[in-house]
Amino acid sequence: MSSTFDTVANIISETCDIEREKITPESHAIDDLGIDSLDFLDIAFAIDKAFGIKLPLEQWTQEVNDGKASTEQYFVLKNLTARIDELIAAKSAPA
Amino acid sequence: MRLEYFLLIDRIAELNLDDRTIRTDATVPDKSTIFEGHFPGYPLMPGVLLIETMAQTSGWLIIALTKFTRMPFFAAVKEAKLRSFVTPGQTLSVSASMKHEGSGYAMTSAEIRHDGKVVCNAELTFRLVEFPSPDFRTSMEKVAEEIQFPMAEALAHG
Repeated sequence: MSSTFDTVANIISETCDIEREKITPESHAIDDLGIDSLDFLDIAFAIDKAFGIKLPLEQWTQEVNDGKASTEQYFVLKNLTARIDELIAAKSAPA
Repeated sequence: MRLEYFLLIDRIAELNLDDRTIRTDATVPDKSTIFEGHFPGYPLMPGVLLIETMAQTSGWLIIALTKFTRMPFFAAVKEAKLRSFVTPGQTLSVSASMKHEGSGYAMTSAEIRHDGKVVCNAELTFRLVEFPSPDFRTSMEKVAEEIQFPMAEALAHG
């Protein structure tokens, strides 16, 4: 079974036509990989579908705009995959 | 359609919030300055305006599903196919369905039919943001009334 990171990296590679080898856990989706906000919507769509979650992009954007969070917290891929794992765990947790 | 106001749909004919679908009616005007240039002596509804017609239809579906709390701004179009000419005076049936409702964005599939035949279709993406100002929202509410948007049904759903 592929890891969350592998799945996300493959999605980014296919969606944005970026060589898979250039995508590492330390990559910043915006600053390092040059992904803009519109392309990120396609990535978010593929991630939502792949993991059955809903990335809270509105909340993240608000937090960054308000200075309460840095883009690194959400858009460095190791951090993004950690958030995805949290969302998957929250979905699976009993109510 | 009132092309001069960029109002491309006439009325909402069906809105199914459970199925997340919408259908609107739109009649291409007999006359418009647009047809003087597109094309002289051979008037055709521009494809970009057909895409906008699908976008406006999708937009009202999104506004309904978000209970008039978000304004959808057209962000991307994929797989647009303009299958046959649309000419002045034709009555169009425009439908859209929600493909994915994400956080701060939505994707729809839309198509336009004339006499039952699909004349164009596309996959559309929207950014969803809060209404930029109360005046903006008020202006949208006026359009909603004009096109028979079922406000009470949308606000009461789910």
